[in-house]
Amino acid sequence: MFIETPLVQKKKRTEAAAKIVFMLMTILMILPLLLILAYLLYKAFPILSLDFFITNPKNGMRAGGIWAPFLGTMYLVVISLLISAPIGVLAAVYLNEYAGDNWFTRIINLAVVNLAGVPSIVHALFGLGAFVLFAGMGRSILAASLTLAIMTLPVIIASTKESLAAVPRAFREACWNVGATRWQTIRHIVLPNSISGILTGVILQVSRTAGETAPVMFTGVVFFKKISEGDIFAYNLFDQCMALSMHLFTISTQVPDVPKALPYGTAVVLLGTVLLVNALSITLRVYLRARKKW
Amino acid sequence: MPNSTKKIEISNLTVKYGQVAAIKGISFDIYKNEIIGIIGPAQSGKSTLLKVINRTIEFVPGVAVGGTVKIDGEDTQKVKSVHELRRKIGMVFPLPVGLPLSIYDNVAFAPRMAGTRNKAQLDELVERCLRQAALWDEVKDRLDSLGTKLSGGQQQRLTIARALSHEPEILCLDEFSIAVDPVTTMRIEDVLKELRFQVTIILVTNLVQQARRLANRTAFLFNGDLIEIDRTDVIFSENPTDKRTYDYVNGIFG
Amino acid sequence: MANQRRLGNLSEPIIEGLIRLCGISAILFVIGIFFFVFREGSGFLFSKLNLKEFLTSIEWYPDSPSNKRYGVLALMAGTASVTVLAMMIAVPFGLGAAIFISEFCSRRARETFKIVIELLAAIPSVVWGFIGLTVMNPIIIDLFKAPIGLNVLNGGIILALMSVPIIVSIGEDALKAVPDSYREASLALGATRWQMIYRVLLPAAKNGLLAAALLGVGRGIGETIAVLMATGHAVQIPHSILDPVRTLTATIAAELGETPVRSDHYQVLFIIGILLFSITFVVNLVADLVVKGIRGK
Repeated sequence: MFIETPLVQKKKRTEAAAKIVFMLMTILMILPLLLILAYLLYKAFPILSLDFFITNPKNGMRAGGIWAPFLGTMYLVVISLLISAPIGVLAAVYLNEYAGDNWFTRIINLAVVNLAGVPSIVHALFGLGAFVLFAGMGRSILAASLTLAIMTLPVIIASTKESLAAVPRAFREACWNVGATRWQTIRHIVLPNSISGILTGVILQVSRTAGETAPVMFTGVVFFKKISEGDIFAYNLFDQCMALSMHLFTISTQVPDVPKALPYGTAVVLLGTVLLVNALSITLRVYLRARKKW
Repeated sequence: MPNSTKKIEISNLTVKYGQVAAIKGISFDIYKNEIIGIIGPAQSGKSTLLKVINRTIEFVPGVAVGGTVKIDGEDTQKVKSVHELRRKIGMVFPLPVGLPLSIYDNVAFAPRMAGTRNKAQLDELVERCLRQAALWDEVKDRLDSLGTKLSGGQQQRLTIARALSHEPEILCLDEFSIAVDPVTTMRIEDVLKELRFQVTIILVTNLVQQARRLANRTAFLFNGDLIEIDRTDVIFSENPTDKRTYDYVNGIFG
Repeated sequence: MANQRRLGNLSEPIIEGLIRLCGISAILFVIGIFFFVFREGSGFLFSKLNLKEFLTSIEWYPDSPSNKRYGVLALMAGTASVTVLAMMIAVPFGLGAAIFISEFCSRRARETFKIVIELLAAIPSVVWGFIGLTVMNPIIIDLFKAPIGLNVLNGGIILALMSVPIIVSIGEDALKAVPDSYREASLALGATRWQMIYRVLLPAAKNGLLAAALLGVGRGIGETIAVLMATGHAVQIPHSILDPVRTLTATIAAELGETPVRSDHYQVLFIIGILLFSITFVVNLVADLVVKGIRGK
């Protein structure tokens, strides 16, 4: 019968050791984070209530809730996605459906990769130089949203391209063969069959946009602004606004003597929003993958 | 039966994928309402020829086409609308492709893209095409289910129904029987025999006996060259013009 | 019906033009970013700036009333120290986790881990900064008996935790790209899983893993708000990982709000922006070429 030689035993031991080391590395990354998140929630718990959401910050941001920053974040997210989603999706359609395999396409792809790598603070400088000053928008929700939109664009392009590429080429050829134009093919076959993937990618960007601080801090978001509580139309496009991310930064670093629970509460709301949206997008993806049409 | 009106005139056609020549200067005519069989081993340029005829070859990157293809005397490179041209031609490729739409929408797709919105007209057309493709009886009760969920043989007949849906004058079939069982193949062959009175049929096949059963004339392509084109009974006789033709149809090489 | 078709014929070129325009927008935006950041900084860049002093001096005194000095060497050292420390932690852990997830896990566990990693990647940088400030920093001070205050170690750990998800997911993609036949062949020859990973998988996936690390570096250099909150404010070349430093990005974020538009100080901050843009441009370009390298083979 097969008997383990010392060499085989040694091999087995190395293998087991390797597995344990890699597993520890993975756990070491994830476990402390879960503990930290639990700790944040624990510290924030006393302050979390409906009131916290619908009252403005008060007393030099040492009391009250997060209404103005929360609503500001919603404005920034929605407006920036209204700008970046159509441009990003159409750009991906161009790259996947129209662009030939040539130097020009390679340059576009390179630009997308590099746009994705531009540091967020450089986006802030760009937004300040281009939208706030050059275009004369001033520091406003519009300028900040445009800055955020350009930042999220490459990610939307990348995820949309992936979804489009997942639609088999044979479908396109079948359409061309019966005389459908390129756009008809895209409109009636390619987009309907990739829309779920595209949406997932766009929703994922909600979470990224909601958390960004640097790009908006010089383009439209201010430390403090009082708005009417409970009115979801309290801001307009050319107003400055508050944002959750900036608010967390301000009350945890700039304002002395803030009661501890306030920044924890703000952090938990921001984090909760972001993770909720992410979880939603992941669930959607899993659900849609299960009902593929081919 | 086949008359002497020229439907397609191919002259001095060359196709290159990058450096590789797929078709090396071939010329021949296809007459109205004939079934022309095109036989030849793999890589001899048969499928490429079909893609040139409906100009979907343009979607292949790095391709260069020379020579002319005329349909009804009109140069296909110079037609006003390439989509009108493609609607004149029905295409069926070896692997069946059901679009990820309902069976009904699969067949109604082409007429809708061409601008037909009338529901009664579409209903009538869908039924006629599905009947012609010998699929109607199997699917008439579930026209709403997905075309992609049909079996391979059913999808191939769906593809044929779709190729007929834009009322083509020319029907090209590229090795349609690869994905189909023998019984279905025979049924489709019967359909083709009926259709020849309405349309011109180009039947690319690597089953030489299929060409023998169906085609009025047969062309033998080899390595991008046209070796021989003649009446099918001549090609399959004991003495076709070229020795290679005899060898190929008799299974001596290929 | 005829009308509809004519309309269709007309709308098609319009929509295709729009698609093409959006397609080239990425190029326009990259050029636009460079142009506008350059434009704001160019006045000072071409007149008063002493480029040698800018890059080699550690003296950053933009607010000095008598003798303003703009040397960014200490800021670059700040960025470098935090980034290098973060990568020393994140690269081994990230790649280790990538190997574990892609090679040792069951399919089910793999999907779960990937979702967790994705969620980690979604945590906003300001929340990371906050964690660094309120949770990590007291622990570090306790553990290392460090002086009160923020330091390189704190920023490095936070940045490492932020970069890990990127490194894991790209590293996992690189490993997944190695054909299964490689794995099967070496296992069939009697290699253990570990030998297979070490001798076959890692060499085959090396470019992808390198690209993963490079993208982590790019993220580290560009990260702003988290390092601003977690590394302190002292402009100096650090001598130990328990010294506080200030990075290039944090300097812009901290000072831009208080400088008058088009002042010298304001323009210098934009020049730092150009510097950052150039550095990350090169890092991303190299990462991209490295990735292309795998596909080319």
